[in-house]
Amino acid sequence: MLEIKNLHASVKGNEILRGINLKINAGEVHAIMGPNGSGKSTLAQVLAGRESYEVTAGEVLYNGKDLLDMSPEDRACEGVFLAFQYPVEIPGVTNNYFLKAGLNSIRKYRGQEPLDAMEFLKLVKEKLNVIEMDQTLLNRPVNEGFSGGEKKRNEIFQMAVLEPKLSILDETDSGLDIDALRIVADGVNKLRSKDNATIVVTHYQRLLNYIVPDFVHVLVDGRIVKSGGKELALVLEEKGYDWLREDVASPVQA
Amino acid sequence: MNTETNDIEELANREYKYGFITDIESDTAPKGLSEDTVRFIAAKKNEPEWLIEWRLKAYRHWLTMEEPAWPNVHYPKIDYQDMIYYSAPKQKDRLKSMNEVDPELRSTYEKLGISLAEQERLSGVAVDAVFDSVSVATTFKEKLGELGIIFCSFSEAVKEHPDLVKKYLGSVVPTSDNFFAALNSAVFSDGSFCYIPKGVRCPMELSTYFRINAANTGQFERTLIIADEGAYVSYLEGCTAPMRDTNQLHAAVVELIALDNAQIKYSTVQNWYPGDKEGKGGIYNFVTKRGKCAGVNSKISWTQVETGSAITWKYPSCILLGDNSVGEFYSVAVANNYQQADTGTKMIHIGKNTRSTVVSKGISAGHGNNSYRGLIDIKKNAVNARNFSQCDSLLLGDKCGAHTFPYIEVKNSTAKVEHEASTSKIGEDQIFYCKQRGLSTEDAVNMIVNGFCKEVFRELPMEFAVEAQKLLGVSLEGSVG
Repeated sequence: MLEIKNLHASVKGNEILRGINLKINAGEVHAIMGPNGSGKSTLAQVLAGRESYEVTAGEVLYNGKDLLDMSPEDRACEGVFLAFQYPVEIPGVTNNYFLKAGLNSIRKYRGQEPLDAMEFLKLVKEKLNVIEMDQTLLNRPVNEGFSGGEKKRNEIFQMAVLEPKLSILDETDSGLDIDALRIVADGVNKLRSKDNATIVVTHYQRLLNYIVPDFVHVLVDGRIVKSGGKELALVLEEKGYDWLREDVASPVQA
Repeated sequence: MNTETNDIEELANREYKYGFITDIESDTAPKGLSEDTVRFIAAKKNEPEWLIEWRLKAYRHWLTMEEPAWPNVHYPKIDYQDMIYYSAPKQKDRLKSMNEVDPELRSTYEKLGISLAEQERLSGVAVDAVFDSVSVATTFKEKLGELGIIFCSFSEAVKEHPDLVKKYLGSVVPTSDNFFAALNSAVFSDGSFCYIPKGVRCPMELSTYFRINAANTGQFERTLIIADEGAYVSYLEGCTAPMRDTNQLHAAVVELIALDNAQIKYSTVQNWYPGDKEGKGGIYNFVTKRGKCAGVNSKISWTQVETGSAITWKYPSCILLGDNSVGEFYSVAVANNYQQADTGTKMIHIGKNTRSTVVSKGISAGHGNNSYRGLIDIKKNAVNARNFSQCDSLLLGDKCGAHTFPYIEVKNSTAKVEHEASTSKIGEDQIFYCKQRGLSTEDAVNMIVNGFCKEVFRELPMEFAVEAQKLLGVSLEGSVG
C-alpha cells in the first residue's frame, strides 16, 4: 500500500528526515517510535502533504501512485488520514458541518453522490458509538473549547466517518488519561481491517498495549535505526533510546 | 483631448449662463454644483417650495463645510465642480441576450447561484422577465396597501404623502450633519420611502428588489423609514449581484424612525465594484445611516455585510431617545486587494434603561485596510444604560491591516459599558487541517471566514444570509494560496 524510499525532508533548511525507507501492506499496523525531535511528527506531516516541509530527495508510492505529487486534499480523497497531534480549532464552524463538507468533498472525488443531511446524520450517529461520545459533539464548533482528551477522541471520530485506507495517528495518546486512552484505542481497533493500514506514531510504549502493532520501527535523528516485531517496543520501554543512538554513528544505512 | 475638455467646459458654461429654466428640457444637469443646480433638480421633479428651500439651506450650509479628513482612508481629492449631479434615469443600451453580457460577470452570477431571470434583470437584458418582476412588485404593493403600509419611491412620497415627508425628513440626519449628508440633502435624486402604520407588522421583508421605479437613482439616494407605534418592519437594502456602476461617488442618507414599541430591522448587503486587483476604479461609498428610537421600548437593528466599494465610510448609528429603547449593530466588512473600509457605529444613549449591542467583524485580505470606528456615548440622563461591544478582526495574508478606534464617553455613573476586541490571522494550520479532511483551499478559507462571521450572519434574514455567505466566498477568491 505504501512504500517510502530514501525520503529526505527539511524545514527552513534544517534536514530532519535523512533517508527513510519503509514498506507497509494493507492490513498492517506499524508503530513508529523514537525520542523527541527524532522526526516522527515530521514524517507524519510530510505524508499528509504539509507545505512547510520541503522534500529534498526520495519518493513515496501510495497504491502505486506518486504520493508526493498530490495536493493534501487529493491525498485525503485518496484515503490518507492524519489524526493530528494538536487538533486545530475552527471557531464558528460546527463539527457536523465541517465533517459533512469533508466527507462530501471526498465522495465527490470518488464519483459518489453527496450524502444529504439525514443520511449523514444516520452515519454519524453510528460512528459516535465507536468513541463513546454523545451527539452534542456534533453541534459544537470544531475543537473549540474541547478538552485535550475530547480533541483526540474527535480525531478518531472523524477517522471513523471518513473511513480512510491509510491512517496516521500522530501522538494520539499524548494528553490522554487511561480511560480515554482505552476508548481511543478501542476505536482504532474497531476500524482495523484487512484492507486498511495504520501508522501509529508515539514515544511511549503504553499505547501499544492497546493497539498491538505488527511492526515497530525506531526513528532516531531522521533515520529508522531499528525495526522489529511488537516485542521491540518492550525492549525500548526497558532500555530507552540511547543505546540505539550509537548505532546511528556507525554506517548501517545503505 | 484638450479640445474635447474645452468643448465640455464651453458647453457647461453656456448652459450655466442660460440658467435652469431653459435646461428643463434636457435630461442632464450641467456639470458642477451651484444654487442653480439645486433648483434644476427640484424643478425636474416638480418639488414643492418647502422642499426646494430645504435643499437650498442644505446647499448653503455645505458650502461652509469641509470634507472630513479623519477617516483612515486615502483617495485623491474629489472635485465637486467636475461632477454631474442629475441625470434622468435613462434607458441604457439594452442588451439583446445574456450572451452579450461580460463573461466574467456571468461567471460571478453563476457562482452566486442567481436565477437566470434575475441575472437578466441585473444586466439589463430586455426580456419579459424584467416585466415579470414589475408585476411581482405591483402584486406586493397591493397587498401592502391593504394594511396601510406605504412603500414607494421618495419622489412619489413627496407628492402623495407630503405631510409625513415634511415631518420626518431631516429629523434624524439634519441637513447640517456632515459634509456628505449636506451634499446629499442638496442634490438627492430619489430613493425610497416606507411608512408602517400603528400596530401593523409588515408581513414580508421589504426589499429594494421590488423597488423598480427607483432602480436608477444612482449617486445620491435618500431613504426614509417610519415605524409608527407598535409597528414592525424588516427592510433589506441592496442587491447581492455585482453592480458595475460608473458613478465614482455615492453619498446616500438613510433615516429610520421608530416610535413607541416599534421595531425596525435594516439589513444591507453591499457589493459595489471594489476596483480591480491593482486598486484602479471602484466606488467611494460615503453614506450616512442613522436611526432614532424616538419612542419607549423601541428597537432598531442594523445588520450590514460590506464586501464591495473601493472605499467605505459608513457608521450606521442609533439615537436611543426613548426609555428602554434598544440599538443593535452587526457588521461584516471585507477589504480585499486595495479596498479600504472605515466603518462602525455610534450608539447615543439618552433615555433611561437604554441598551445597545455592537458586533463588528472585519476581514482584511490582500492589501486591504479595515478600520472599526465606534462611539458609545452615554448622556447624563441615561440611567442604567448598558452597552456591549465586540470587535473582531481577521487577517488573511501579511500585507493587509486591521485597526480599531473605539470611543467611549460616559456621563452617567450607573452605566455599564463593555468592550472586547480581538485580532486573529487565518492560520496555515487551520487551512491544512481542512485540506487534510478533503477540502480545497478555497472551501477551507470560505468555511473559516464564515465561521468567523457567524454571529452577524445569523442576524440576516435567511435567504440573505445564504447569499451573503456565497458573496463572501467570491470576494475573497484567490486571497490565500
